[in-house]
Amino acid sequence: MVERRVDPINIDVSELVQRSVASLYANLITRPTGRAVRRAIEQQLLGDGRMAISLIDFTEVRILDFSCADEVVAKLVARYLSSDRPRDAFFLFRAVEELHAHTVEEVLLRQRLAAVCDVGGGHFQLLGEVAGRERDVWERIERTGRLMPGDGDSVLGSGWNPAADSLASRRLIFVGPGGALTALSAMV
Amino acid sequence: MRVVEIAPSLDYRTIETLYDALDDDLDGPVLFDARHLRWVDPNGMVGLLAAARVVGDRTGAPVRISFPENADVSSYLTRMGFLTAAAQVYDMPATKGRRSDRASDVLLEITPVHTNSDVHAVIERVQTRAGRVLTRNLGYSAAAVVQFSVVLSEVCQNIIEHAEAPGWVAAQSYNWTKRLGRQVVVIAVSDLGRGFKGSLTDEHSGRFGDRWGDVTALEAAFIHGLTRFPDSGRGQGIQQIRKQVGRWGGLLSIRSGTARIADTPDWSEMPPVEEGLTHFPGAQINIILPERLSDG
Repeated sequence: MVERRVDPINIDVSELVQRSVASLYANLITRPTGRAVRRAIEQQLLGDGRMAISLIDFTEVRILDFSCADEVVAKLVARYLSSDRPRDAFFLFRAVEELHAHTVEEVLLRQRLAAVCDVGGGHFQLLGEVAGRERDVWERIERTGRLMPGDGDSVLGSGWNPAADSLASRRLIFVGPGGALTALSAMV
Repeated sequence: MRVVEIAPSLDYRTIETLYDALDDDLDGPVLFDARHLRWVDPNGMVGLLAAARVVGDRTGAPVRISFPENADVSSYLTRMGFLTAAAQVYDMPATKGRRSDRASDVLLEITPVHTNSDVHAVIERVQTRAGRVLTRNLGYSAAAVVQFSVVLSEVCQNIIEHAEAPGWVAAQSYNWTKRLGRQVVVIAVSDLGRGFKGSLTDEHSGRFGDRWGDVTALEAAFIHGLTRFPDSGRGQGIQQIRKQVGRWGGLLSIRSGTARIADTPDWSEMPPVEEGLTHFPGAQINIILPERLSDG
């Protein structure tokens, strides 16, 4: 099974901010705070080299400002997309508050990035910059959960490969060794 | 001793009278004569602090202040924490620098911002009071309290990230019955740092050529979101503040060097750009949020 090779790591950001930053502030504000939290997340992701899928949870965070979100979300995503990434990792964000989802989306858009986000009730959305066909393919995979390549045309429509390749390279879906397409939400 | 007369009204509309008064060749001890002050908003208060620091640095001599004769104004300044803050920049008796009693009508007392911890403290402190003022007085939604905190956080960070110098922030709500027929919240932020032109010159002046100056620097940051950092994630603070203040129908202005740029709603007569103002160091940000007329 592909999933056995994945190391699931759940990170409660509100807990992390209190452990990582030299204060007891519950709000995720200011760039240095965001930087400290991101480094703490990266520290938690240090592992045995297995692929990791990490759920970054903002549920208990009251205030999330743009400077902090840029560090915790956008820079984290960008770091693990770069060729010198410390580990193969996939990220999902849980931002139940609508305002947090808005903030996450804005910082992603600024850097032309995208991420999968649980916006409440287990409803996952694609936030950030995503082309129309990519979004359509992602939503179909998200609804299906896991899709064998042979079912691609019937579920995703013809010509789905480029969009799926792009989603995979942006780490918005997981493609297993056999070519199975898996929604990140199905892996956590 | 040279005397700088403070106008009877010192707010975001009249603050230039203060900066203009500093244009003279001040030297030696200086007295800010605020005895006739009858109306002052957060812009006026942080302006008085910044002006004293500028004059003190320029002259190397004591800067003193005569406090308002009007008891209500004096009491208000005390509640806003002006005396405490003034003790750091004015040469005044220690007894004058007594701490404010954190009166319930104050949204955010004058608060020095030096570090990111100060920003955290501001946001922690303002939560309860902002919730009350914004929802009860201004008719904002509960979610707006969080957005207000985000705006406040981002403007305070502007001091630390871009000015690289300390500054002050203050906020208060007013009933602008005659002027607007509505309640408003006024937020003022002032720093004495390098200013927008100073912050952006190394990275961006080349592309503007001879046009480079305070106005173009403000436009670069305000309209285009440029910063001195190569990181593309930077510069969105002001952009997001503009969006949010615009959604609330508010006024946002930034003065730096000899220029001011603003997003002006219908109810404001402030021009979108002013130049040729008296030079004043750093940057001064003014945000005015009006009471909602409809649900939102």
